[in-house]
Amino acid sequence: MNRKLHIGIVLLVVAVFGFGAWLNFHGDEPAESTPVAGMVVNVGIGGPFELTDHTGARFSSESFAGNYALVYFGYTFCPDICPTELGQMAIAIDELGDDGARVSPVMITIDPKRDTPEVLSEYVPLFHERLIGLTGSEEEIRAVATRYRVFYQRFDDPNYTEYLMDHSSFVYLIGPDGTIAAMFRYGTPPEEMASTIRQHMKAQS
Amino acid sequence: MIKTTITALALLATLAATPATGHEEKTGSFTISHPWARATASSQTAGAVFMEIHNHGDTDDRLVGAASPDAERVEIHGHLRDGDVMRMRRVDGIEVPAGGTAVLAPGGFHVMLMGLKSPLFEDTLTELTLTFEKAGDIEIEVVVEAAGATGASSATGKMDHGSGPMKSR
Ligand SMILES: [Cu+2]
Repeated sequence: MNRKLHIGIVLLVVAVFGFGAWLNFHGDEPAESTPVAGMVVNVGIGGPFELTDHTGARFSSESFAGNYALVYFGYTFCPDICPTELGQMAIAIDELGDDGARVSPVMITIDPKRDTPEVLSEYVPLFHERLIGLTGSEEEIRAVATRYRVFYQRFDDPNYTEYLMDHSSFVYLIGPDGTIAAMFRYGTPPEEMASTIRQHMKAQS
Repeated sequence: MIKTTITALALLATLAATPATGHEEKTGSFTISHPWARATASSQTAGAVFMEIHNHGDTDDRLVGAASPDAERVEIHGHLRDGDVMRMRRVDGIEVPAGGTAVLAPGGFHVMLMGLKSPLFEDTLTELTLTFEKAGDIEIEVVVEAAGATGASSATGKMDHGSGPMKSR
């Protein structure tokens, strides 16, 4: 690491710690518990779901049976966190080479109000040619998110014409039996996702 | 009160992985390195711009605003990380200390374009005016990269889906 980078990091850390002090933060609602993180996942979370895909057709998670899915909960108005994670998922799948074909990338919107199948259909091909965008009624989305312990909450600012969504950011690996095989925190390098998937594939074969 | 921590690690990781690529814009005492935006779909109304701002002068300054001909409203945003929950929020400004660098990178700060008038197509350029408290306005050109780019390895960042048509201006 060169010296310039060191200085940059020091300044960045300073900036980061100073950030909280002057950030105009309105989210004073009580904190809800965040999902369990880690490579090993407790049984009982996750499970099958049926939603509407970006073509407008009903979509069942049964279609992954025997294979894998990488599932992310996000929304298309999100310009940073969600594209980052979807981009990382795409890299992880590419990294797997031929085995990548056994992994379906999926984005489930936590903003069904704005993310209609039409909106999703324009969005998903930007990230991966096989990315499946899923939406549904508010109730359907709430039910799936709850089972996956995904926290999301609308954030309105009187100055905004558009609302934002606060949300937990995890990538879930769903295994051949339909249960969650692994969870990846925000910022997990795609190589790490790929090697975890590979390990699961090896254990299964 | 929610106990919040900022995504320092994500920021650091991004910074550490950022190669010295991309173009630079030099104006007065500022160098803007690798200003880039994410490509957007026609159904997306918001976009994000990232960059590094180096202040070579001897006066502390602050990025306090931005404007784009492509967006109805432009704000400076950061993220609050509350456990594993990401909360994107508007901030009043970003400090750029004398001799220092402000980093706008995925997971940290960005310039948020809201009410996009047309999509940001990959491999095109878009204009952005940065407003500093002391230095005033600086106009830069921003390169539009892949929708899933992270700024670190955008060349290998995702599969190729073809680039959109060049934007005519
Ligand atoms: Cu933003």
